[in-house]
This record gives sequence, structure tokens and C-alpha cells, in this order.
Amino acid sequence: MKILNIIEAAYRGTIEEQDDTILWLTNIMQSGGGDFTVLLRGNAINHCVTAQDCSGLSFGDWQQMQPPRLADDTAALIAKGVEVCYVVEDAAERGLQPGDMVPGLKAVSRNAIAGLCDAHDQVWHW
Amino acid sequence: MSETKTLTFAVMDPPYETARSTTLLRLLDIAVRRGHNVNVFAYEGAVYLPFALQKPHPNPAHGRNAIEEGHLLPKDLIAAMMAAAENAGTKFDWVNCGMCVDERGADQAIAGVRRGSPADLLKMAQESDNTLVIGTR
Repeated sequence: MKILNIIEAAYRGTIEEQDDTILWLTNIMQSGGGDFTVLLRGNAINHCVTAQDCSGLSFGDWQQMQPPRLADDTAALIAKGVEVCYVVEDAAERGLQPGDMVPGLKAVSRNAIAGLCDAHDQVWHW
Repeated sequence: MSETKTLTFAVMDPPYETARSTTLLRLLDIAVRRGHNVNVFAYEGAVYLPFALQKPHPNPAHGRNAIEEGHLLPKDLIAAMMAAAENAGTKFDWVNCGMCVDERGADQAIAGVRRGSPADLLKMAQESDNTLVIGTR
């Protein structure tokens, strides 16, 4: 069964979780035998931008030693065989070019999203 | 009655924050009333929906005590739907994400709630007619 995970909610609890929970969920379920595709849209496209860095956070004497590394997590999904797509128009609206993002992403136009959904057995919109 | 389906719901929102958790509970109730099998995977804050230590409180703005107020507790609604499904001979399986439970200290759930993992969500989805995700916005 092919499942399309559409991730639209961006940076939802990422500091506390030390990752994006849906990228994480996809990674775990892909390892468990699932067959997933990921579509990043809206602000969530920023998850795959390589220049982001949220390290150095501290509260009093406490320091966050393992910040979320969302671009690395996205690249890890691709390395695991998950096709990770992003909506071209959403990226352009945010001034993002392909060179700003991790390699291996698949660009998808808005008018191709319906076809992408149709190519999967279930569509989960997060 | 229409053909029995098996439906999986994945939900993320905690109780008392958004209408999405209420919508989930209403959808679950409709599914149970229509004789469908129901799976729920509670992820992140949603693990507090069946939290056993939820307590009713009075509402001074309404001038009512806790009993008069009939305070809605999500755990009671879930227990009621579990009972309804059992009476109907259908399945109502609620799985709380274990890691989400641990990081929130939400390990006291009502009877019938199972601790699980993303593997349970995948299995539920694979064995269902369809899956609805109600994510956080």
C-alpha cells in the first residue's frame, strides 16, 4: 500500500521534539515496511533548506546539545528510498531555489498534486 | 445497515485546545453508531484525550457546581464509545504513541487504551478501508 504524507504544518514543536514529528514518523514507518512518499508544501518546504541552523539554544545553564536538523532528516528519508517532493510554486513564493534545498528532491507543480494523490492508496495530510 | 468498514484515525491535538479534537470525537461516534470498526492512533498531545486523571470542575461563570455543569471529559466520551462498540460487536481500538506518552508523563490512560508505536499506525492503516489524519495546524 502506497501512502502519501503531505506535510504542511511547519516547525510544529521542532525544538522540543528535536525533529519534525511527521518526518520522524515517516522514517520509522518506512523502516517498518511502509511505502511512503512525502510532499512538502506551504511553509513546510523550509524543512529541506540546508542553510538553516537553530543550534546554540540555551535556558539558564541548560544547553540544547542536539538541535533539530530538518534538512538532514529530509536527506535521510531520501537515502532510505522515500521519494520526497515539494510544490514548486510554494517554494518560489518563499524565494527558495533548488540549490537552497537538499539534493534529491522532486519538484511537483500544484496542478500535478491531484495526480500524485491519485497514484497513492492513502493520502495523509498533516 | 451499510457494509461494515474499518476506519483508522490519526490525531495529534490535545483536548481543550482546538475544535479538531471535538471533531475527531464526533466522527468516531458516528462511525461507531453506523457499525464500523474504528482504530485511533493518538500522536503527540492527543495522548491526553484518554488521560485517566481528567477531572470535572465547577463553572462559577455559569453558577453551577461540577455535577450541575456536567463537565465534558474526553476520557468519558472515549470510554462511552468503547462500550457502545463492544455492545454492537464492533472494534474500537485506541493506541497511544508510547514515546509521546513518556515525554508528557501521560501514562495513566483509561482502560482499553493500548500503548503502541508508529508500527501500529502502519498496521492499522494497512488493514483499514481508509485513514483520516487530523493533524495539528
